[in-house]
Amino acid sequence: MNNEKSCCCSAGNCSSIESITPYDKNDKWVAGELHTAKGKVPVISTKLHFKDILGAWKVRWGIGRMNYKINPGLYAIGKPDNTSPVLVSANYKLTFDVLRKELSGINCWLLILDTKGINVWCAAGKGTFGTDELVSRIMKTGLSEIVSHRKLVLPQLGAPGVSAHEVTKRTGFSVIYGPVRAKDIKAFLDSGYKATEEMRTVKFTMWNRLALTPIELVGAAKLSLTIFGVLFLINLFASRPFGLSDFIAYAGAVIMGTVITPMLLPLIPGRAFAWKGWLLGLLWTLGFIWYNGWLVSEFLLLAIGYLLVLPSLSAFLAMNFTGSSTYTSFSGVIKEMKIAVPLIALSSIAGIVLVLIKSLMA
Amino acid sequence: MKHRYLKNVATLNLACEKCIGCGRCAEVCPHRVFSINERKAQIVDKDPCMECGACAKNCPTNAITVKSGVGCAEAVIIGWFTGSEPSCGCSSDEGCC
Repeated sequence: MNNEKSCCCSAGNCSSIESITPYDKNDKWVAGELHTAKGKVPVISTKLHFKDILGAWKVRWGIGRMNYKINPGLYAIGKPDNTSPVLVSANYKLTFDVLRKELSGINCWLLILDTKGINVWCAAGKGTFGTDELVSRIMKTGLSEIVSHRKLVLPQLGAPGVSAHEVTKRTGFSVIYGPVRAKDIKAFLDSGYKATEEMRTVKFTMWNRLALTPIELVGAAKLSLTIFGVLFLINLFASRPFGLSDFIAYAGAVIMGTVITPMLLPLIPGRAFAWKGWLLGLLWTLGFIWYNGWLVSEFLLLAIGYLLVLPSLSAFLAMNFTGSSTYTSFSGVIKEMKIAVPLIALSSIAGIVLVLIKSLMA
Repeated sequence: MKHRYLKNVATLNLACEKCIGCGRCAEVCPHRVFSINERKAQIVDKDPCMECGACAKNCPTNAITVKSGVGCAEAVIIGWFTGSEPSCGCSSDEGCC
């Protein structure tokens, strides 16, 4: 299959070799091509260009994130031969870039699975980075005729989707789980497939968390547009229209939930994400009320209203970060939500009522 | 600083009598929940388990069970509204992971 790149027989030197993996020669990351027993394979550059870096930045902000992918199939790094290692990965372009930039000076094959443009770990959770796809990709690329050994190196985080013993049973290839992070792959290959405990452990550094906050902000901004629309309508007949100070109070609570809580995550006391977000939201709101001198009888209703609604908003947004985190379990999230969601709902409703009373009947 | 999520919730279970000590679980676990001692796997600390299911999927003797799923509040909420099993809603432009 994958013979989209037709062989150009017009020149008379047709080698009858078709491409195993369809690719566009104009892509900067394609450095050349390699001929194998089964057909041509694109050779991949291990350098990132400006376009790749821009692309990574865009998907972090949610621009075209669900369609940032490359063709699944077999690729070459350097000058691999039939004894070179085979690394398996996902067809999310961001994943592909992170991997290939760590492979300079290495000769290996890359077997890219069709994960619908999703990263390895999430795709493994969904099963698209899975046993069936791996087995069928081995068959489709004719891998067993390209390499003489029978070993595959999979990223460790692919393990939730792949059953190593089943792959061996169905294809004869044995599965070796490599390190969690691409940056360790060279050391892993050099050491004869030995991963240290450190290489096997998932981390969630402040930098990791910060990289995930833009997408949280974008999500919250979309939700906020609806809220602003409603507030605009209310302003048409409010005796105390919503203004800049209300906007700042709101924006602060959103940033607490989507940026500051994720950033400071392990430093904030407590374990539940909603709790952590609520705590920071409360600190923000208290600070804001105090700074604006709203602790007088005239503004008390508004102050209490905001104290009920804004920390709840931060709590909700922080709770949604569980999906981006690398350590929350389904059972844990359910337990957290059973307590947090009703509290968030009640507190928000009470707060909204108080704020509206102040705003409409001041 | 180490991340810790809720205690005593993980559904992870290991049937020691079925274990052949191959070590796959210890190899794949992203939070180092298992260790191998005298050719038997054991659960060192269950609380860091995030129920990804890698160990169960790669256990050749089915000695490990875990109710795996996505630890994602947004997916759970979408599941409530659509009446479906929570899964990462990566099909849309928003969503987790």
